[in-house]
Amino acid sequence: MDKVEKNLLNEVLNHDSIEQADAYNIRANGHLQKRKENPYIHIRSKKDGTGIDIEVLPDTLFGIIDIPVIITESGLTDIVYNDFYIGKNANVTIVAGCGIHNHAEKQSQHNGIHRFFLEENAKVRYIERHYAEGKGEGKKVLNPTTEISMKKGSYLMMDTIQLKGVDESIRITKANVEDGATLVINEKILTNNHQTATTDFQVTLGGGNASCHVVSRSVAKDDSYQEFSSNIIGKDLCYGHVECDAIIQENGRVKAIPEIDAQSVDANLIHEATIGKIAGSQLMKLMSLGLSEKEAENAIITGFLK
Amino acid sequence: MLELIDICFTRDHKKILDHVSLQLEKEKFYAITGPNGSGKSTLAKIIMGIERPDSGRILLDGVDITEKTIDERARLGFGFAFQQPVCFKGITVYDLLKIATGKEIDKKEACSILSKVGLCALDYIDREVNNSLSGGELKRTEIATVLAREPKLAIFDEPEAGIDLWSFRSLNRVFQQLGRSNSGITLVISHQERILNIADTIILMEEGHITKMDTRENMVSCIFQEVKCCSGGEMNG
Ligand SMILES: Nc1ncnc2c1ncn2[C@@H]1O[C@H](COP(=O)(O)OP(=O)(O)OP(=O)(O)O)[C@@H](O)[C@H]1O
Ligand SMILES: [Mg+2]
Repeated sequence: MDKVEKNLLNEVLNHDSIEQADAYNIRANGHLQKRKENPYIHIRSKKDGTGIDIEVLPDTLFGIIDIPVIITESGLTDIVYNDFYIGKNANVTIVAGCGIHNHAEKQSQHNGIHRFFLEENAKVRYIERHYAEGKGEGKKVLNPTTEISMKKGSYLMMDTIQLKGVDESIRITKANVEDGATLVINEKILTNNHQTATTDFQVTLGGGNASCHVVSRSVAKDDSYQEFSSNIIGKDLCYGHVECDAIIQENGRVKAIPEIDAQSVDANLIHEATIGKIAGSQLMKLMSLGLSEKEAENAIITGFLK
Repeated sequence: MLELIDICFTRDHKKILDHVSLQLEKEKFYAITGPNGSGKSTLAKIIMGIERPDSGRILLDGVDITEKTIDERARLGFGFAFQQPVCFKGITVYDLLKIATGKEIDKKEACSILSKVGLCALDYIDREVNNSLSGGELKRTEIATVLAREPKLAIFDEPEAGIDLWSFRSLNRVFQQLGRSNSGITLVISHQERILNIADTIILMEEGHITKMDTRENMVSCIFQEVKCCSGGEMNG
């Protein structure tokens, strides 16, 4: 693995060495580069070659699974279907995402379609990081789709982070949450220049006491554009909370489209959206502690996206 | 010495500060008091550079600083604790203290600053500076960020609001020591007798004017007499 690839891997995984993971699968430029399994976590290539199946056996505790994708070939469009089967009572952390280095003129694109099947009482922490770099004219495009199906009492916490270099992204997340299951999503997006990012959440709270919390924090700088839409459907006694919080700077634009649909009198659904520039009082406070205006802005945005 | 010369500040046709002049000496503790809406906070903000006066000048040791920005004044040693502490998203008490000191202080140092305002530090240090902190906790964090800078001119806008009696006493000691330890100026806006009682000089503001300014001995009796004879005097503003 060369220096560029190593750096991409670090950006996506954000930890020292992939060898610390209990299982991993590295996909580089559309092909399997390296894989590790263990007795409880199986990774298999799909027969038609379109992606992998990851199977975590029931009762597996504290497994860490890394599923990074890296692209360094300009002009490549990589589409991959990964399915995660998480057994009953298993508790794992999955780190996935894609890093693109595009040094040339052609567009590089990765569409990752991830499906999660959580059995009863399974617990997953899922971290998805997207990153791109490269001085070439070629666009860097990342379109992640996540489909989540959660059985009784299961828990999934998903952090999705995209802070640098991605020119275009369309992110779709669909979830079906059953009895007593909980879905927590934290999204952090920063766009600048002419980048665009679209996010769409569609969550159905199907069973009694299902709950879902979506917190999206985003910053749109320069001439960038972001769109956030979410639709939470409550079919039973349930709790759904969506919070979309955006900071705009320069000519940045953010559009938030909320939709909540209570199909049961016991459904309790909340949508909050706030879009605006950095509060003047926050800048003044930090400047009164000795920061310049620019430094104060940076500190506020860094905290906001932390 | 800090000098305000003929400061005027008008908004919405209201003269919020009307030809205010004031001199503050080193190593002195000043308390500003007066009815709600009389212009105390506005005066403090003008000193810190948060508001700009429509006319008038501000001199620090004879040098005109009227045009200086907030951060330039901060670097000259000005510190200001807001009446309404500012909330942030994702910025912790520890982050704010690091910014305030301008150094990568460790948690131990941060704790020792917080203990000055009576916060049991380890419980708070990683909390976000937002409304999940109680009113008094937020207020004390705000005061701590100013103490952390060891300012030459420290301004506290109603620091005791929402602070319990027990913490109050040790806080008063901190205010008293502040000016002496670095030969600076301490300026506290307050309605509390307990604070007025430790000031060297008390300044009374009414309707955008400084109507009285004298030593504590001369002021305290007359202020509290006035309040007694025209009951609800604080409400007149
Ligand atoms: N930017 C502004 N625009 C309009 N009115 C203002 C502005 N700033 C202050 N005021 C008004 O000026 C008056 C003085 O405000 P200021 O906050 O200085 O009062 P204060 O003496 O600190 O009162 P309190 O004791 O309630 O804190 C108030 O009537 C306030 O509403
Ligand atoms: Mg005030």
